Amino acid sequence: MSSNWVEVCAADDIDEEDVIRFDHDGRTFAVYRSPDDEYFATDGLCTHEHIHLADGLVMDDIIECPKHNGRFNYKTGQAKGAPVCVNLRTYPVKVEAGSVFIAIS
Amino acid sequence: MTTVPTKRDYSLLGRDAQAAVASGLAAAEWYHTEIPRKQMKELMKREDGPAIRDTAIWLGSMVLFGGLGIWFWGSWFAVPLFLAYGVLYGSASDSRWHECGHGTAFKTMWMNDAVYQIACFMIMRNPVTWRWSHTRHHTDTVIVGRDPEIAVMRPPDLLRLVLNFFGIIDVWHAVIDVVRNAFGVISAAEKTFIPEMERPKAILVARIWLAIYVAATGLSIYLGSILPLMLIGLPRLYGAWHHVLTGLLQHGGLADNVIDHRLNSRTVHMNPVSRFIYWNMNYHVEHHMFPMVPYHALPKLHAMIRHDLPAANPSILDGYREMIPAFIRQLRNEDYFLRRELPPTAKPYREEFHSEPVAAE
Repeated sequence: MSSNWVEVCAADDIDEEDVIRFDHDGRTFAVYRSPDDEYFATDGLCTHEHIHLADGLVMDDIIECPKHNGRFNYKTGQAKGAPVCVNLRTYPVKVEAGSVFIAIS
Repeated sequence: MTTVPTKRDYSLLGRDAQAAVASGLAAAEWYHTEIPRKQMKELMKREDGPAIRDTAIWLGSMVLFGGLGIWFWGSWFAVPLFLAYGVLYGSASDSRWHECGHGTAFKTMWMNDAVYQIACFMIMRNPVTWRWSHTRHHTDTVIVGRDPEIAVMRPPDLLRLVLNFFGIIDVWHAVIDVVRNAFGVISAAEKTFIPEMERPKAILVARIWLAIYVAATGLSIYLGSILPLMLIGLPRLYGAWHHVLTGLLQHGGLADNVIDHRLNSRTVHMNPVSRFIYWNMNYHVEHHMFPMVPYHALPKLHAMIRHDLPAANPSILDGYREMIPAFIRQLRNEDYFLRRELPPTAKPYREEFHSEPVAAE
């Protein structure tokens, strides 16, 4: 499956240990900046219910869903336990010339 | 023209459950007050300190009152000691179960999990079953046929409410559920909200609990004294009154089948002791609107968004003065509910789905 890099935002648009929502081509993503200044991307909706993760809380490498407090490791997409049972899909991210790009397949 | 009150079907497998899914009322997008992201992040921030302090006070007080209760057992001095122990066991466990189930009380997850398990045992709620039922309660708050935690159905069963101040109905059902789950049976209703992979955990917990209760009962028989059961199990009956007193106010007498927590939830200002026992769940509109905000940040959240909420009831007594007459009217008319006035600074209620046939200001 081919991927294309899509520009999301300026790197500084995301605070450290935070997340933003990014909508592209009818799909929604969550793009994260970790406490150690790395960037990651996952699908934007919780796998439990139709809730935007970008409204949730980033703690270290965890994103917590704002509705039911389901937790995922946003670096790997791993669901960390009830009420989330299905992993999140993750996407490659790169930072070039001060902008964040994600590879959407 | 008179309208015929709508008969509600609260079964999770019934007519209203299907109707809620068909109409889009189930798993809908709910109203929430706008809060800037930076402030929201501050509110959501997790800490261990407040919950460690409160848990030490909670469990430490139980050891103190329970120990003194044993020491004075057989004299009248034991009565107030067990009354205090009972409330800490049979009521404070309700809010600890709740907050730790959300994973917001402590920053450290194993602390949430440990207190969650202890509190679940005390309040007699299977930690697996109730985690999932509460998830549904937040998705579909007071949606008939979808919410498994509607405390007061319409028409209200007032006898049941009174008996539950002593835990009688809830404990009866809890005992049946523990025994049923211990024998490996998950009910059809439970299957609607507990994923298949989680069900063996519910069964395992029920078996452990059953073994503990059998051991406590056996010890009581062996000693010829009710004392072991006064410490384990019975406090869920004689200490339940406070969690029922506060819990009924959460949604009692308010709207059902709406997607705006300002219409179906109630914030009540309470005394500091009740707030400690209840872990600030008196800020109930705020909790439902933003469940990721820890209990210790709810007063701050309330101050931030109260311009968009109906006025909080100033006391528990005031809440009951509003709620009890509504229950009595609902005996005659199931469609009746309280509709509180919003301040001029608030955004209008989201009232799609809601026909508001007999709303009262």
